[in-house]
Amino acid sequence: MDILRRVSVLESFRVALDALKANRMRSGLTMLGVIIGVSAVILLVSIGIGVQSDISREIMGLGSNILMILPGKIEMRPGGGHAISSLIGKLTYEDAQILPRRAPHVKKAVPLLQEAGMVKFGNRSRSTQILGTTHDYVPVRNFPTAQGRFFERLEVDRARKVCTLGATVAEDIFEGTNPIGKQVRLAGQKFTVLGVMTRKGGMMGINLDDQVWIPITVAQRLFGVKNVGLILVEATHPDDLDEAMIEIKKILSERLSPDEFSVLAQEEILGTFQSMMGTLTLALGGIAGISLLVGGIGIMNIMLVSVTERTREVGIRKAVGARTFDIMIQFIIEAVTLSMIGGIIGIALGAGGSLLLNRFVPSQVTLWSVLIAFGFSAMVGIFFGVYPAYKASRLDPIEALRYE
Amino acid sequence: MLVELKDVVKIYKLDGVEVPALRGISLLIKEGGFVSIMGPSGSGKSTLMHIIGCLDRPTSGSVIIHDLDTRNLSDNELAKIRNEAVGFVFQIFNLLPRATALKNVELPLIYAGISTGERIRRAKEALKAVGLGDRLDHRPSQLSGGQQQRVAIARALVNNPSLILADEPTGNLDSKSGSEIMSILQRLHEEGRTIILVTHEHYVAEHAQRIIQILDGKIIADEK
Repeated sequence: MDILRRVSVLESFRVALDALKANRMRSGLTMLGVIIGVSAVILLVSIGIGVQSDISREIMGLGSNILMILPGKIEMRPGGGHAISSLIGKLTYEDAQILPRRAPHVKKAVPLLQEAGMVKFGNRSRSTQILGTTHDYVPVRNFPTAQGRFFERLEVDRARKVCTLGATVAEDIFEGTNPIGKQVRLAGQKFTVLGVMTRKGGMMGINLDDQVWIPITVAQRLFGVKNVGLILVEATHPDDLDEAMIEIKKILSERLSPDEFSVLAQEEILGTFQSMMGTLTLALGGIAGISLLVGGIGIMNIMLVSVTERTREVGIRKAVGARTFDIMIQFIIEAVTLSMIGGIIGIALGAGGSLLLNRFVPSQVTLWSVLIAFGFSAMVGIFFGVYPAYKASRLDPIEALRYE
Repeated sequence: MLVELKDVVKIYKLDGVEVPALRGISLLIKEGGFVSIMGPSGSGKSTLMHIIGCLDRPTSGSVIIHDLDTRNLSDNELAKIRNEAVGFVFQIFNLLPRATALKNVELPLIYAGISTGERIRRAKEALKAVGLGDRLDHRPSQLSGGQQQRVAIARALVNNPSLILADEPTGNLDSKSGSEIMSILQRLHEEGRTIILVTHEHYVAEHAQRIIQILDGKIIADEK
């Protein structure tokens, strides 16, 4: 440790700051490379993580006792990727009706059928999503109405042309007037408005408030289909998921072949999705990392210039007793100071940008992305500072003193 | 014996051509001496001074300082000798342009690992000793040539070396500043330090007790 005791590292920091101050413009431009790199890493990673946690929350929001039955064969594999062998849906409303009756561990089953369509009131119209479902949608999705009511079993069974509006839809076409009891036109047919849903907000471009709910029976006629898009199943208890899944598969297999439907638990959807998003986040961070690398090369470049310019200074320092190591550490500290100041500014900008961006895209600054970006910028300083510093430390004192 | 040179040869290689700078110099310098090395430019006198001060290594021959043979020493060990045993004064001052007078004088103490408080105290003392106690915070560009050279002398003596090597210390100064510098060196000698002065001017060399004349890398005269 004799080496470290003799060198005042603090002194080297002071010298480094002086040298950087003496060339403000140059130091600033060099830092800019690191600033852009670090803020890009933080920004992109924060978006990746933000989107991931947003969707995860949405999937978790389905509830831990929910299963999804999807048409076709969907394999959720760790590592992402799923194969849909058949998109022609063979799931029916009857399946959703049979399941709670025959499967002891299935409490409720809700069919969903969705299509885009126009909703009109007077001369106001809006293109929205029309979602056919049953009265059980409200308890299963835990998505109550804010005003009025959702349609009931009888209205589903009798295929009544009634609907419940999403908050955005109601606001847009009724412009603040009370929509309940009014007649709207959906795909050209008249529907009576029963209620308005609570506001849920959007996620990933799907705005849950920009929908109109109608009975599944009406939806099938309106869209001219006999099947349903998917079935949400609520198990009697989160611990009963496995049993419920086995029962569902057994019952559906009586009518469908195994590759005509898939039963998925929230965990599987979540797992696949998260590993997919993890990969994406890593890729985004990696791309941003390249700009940090470019910033590092900028540091190396400017440090080489700095060493050349200060050849005489190195000679003077050596003449009064600086050792190889003293010179080396001085220039490394200079490079690290450059990259770390850049890193700190980059973190501030990245975090600030992420907060700003959060209004439009979900983004979340995590401690680890900040730490990694900061550590990486310090590493860049050391890595790209070592060679110029080594060059400086090897200068022959006599030649360095003669340098003009 | 403070400095002992035996058959010192220094050959520079410039673009593959060997240029001899010193061709066999043997020399003894006693503790407390004041020696002038004289010679025309290109005679090798600066090279000789650099070798005595351990800034440079001889191609062959040995340099013994304080009974320590420098031949087998590493670069870092030579740096330690430069730091503790030698103080350099150059013709062109060689101060750090961005550092204040005080910081410049502190420099050898930083590399000696002296703590901040002690360092500043000693640097101030050294600057006072050369009459610059009121110029601590001036940068070299704010000082006259003579003042800059006095800062350089303060830097050379701050770590209390036994040997001060001055390479044409008055070469860039007017005669008044030059004689001030010479009287400071004279005083340092009277205080017991060994001074080796490289010059090509007789009136400067005459301050010394001993004048060594060099020509083409060889000693041609050694007068006391």
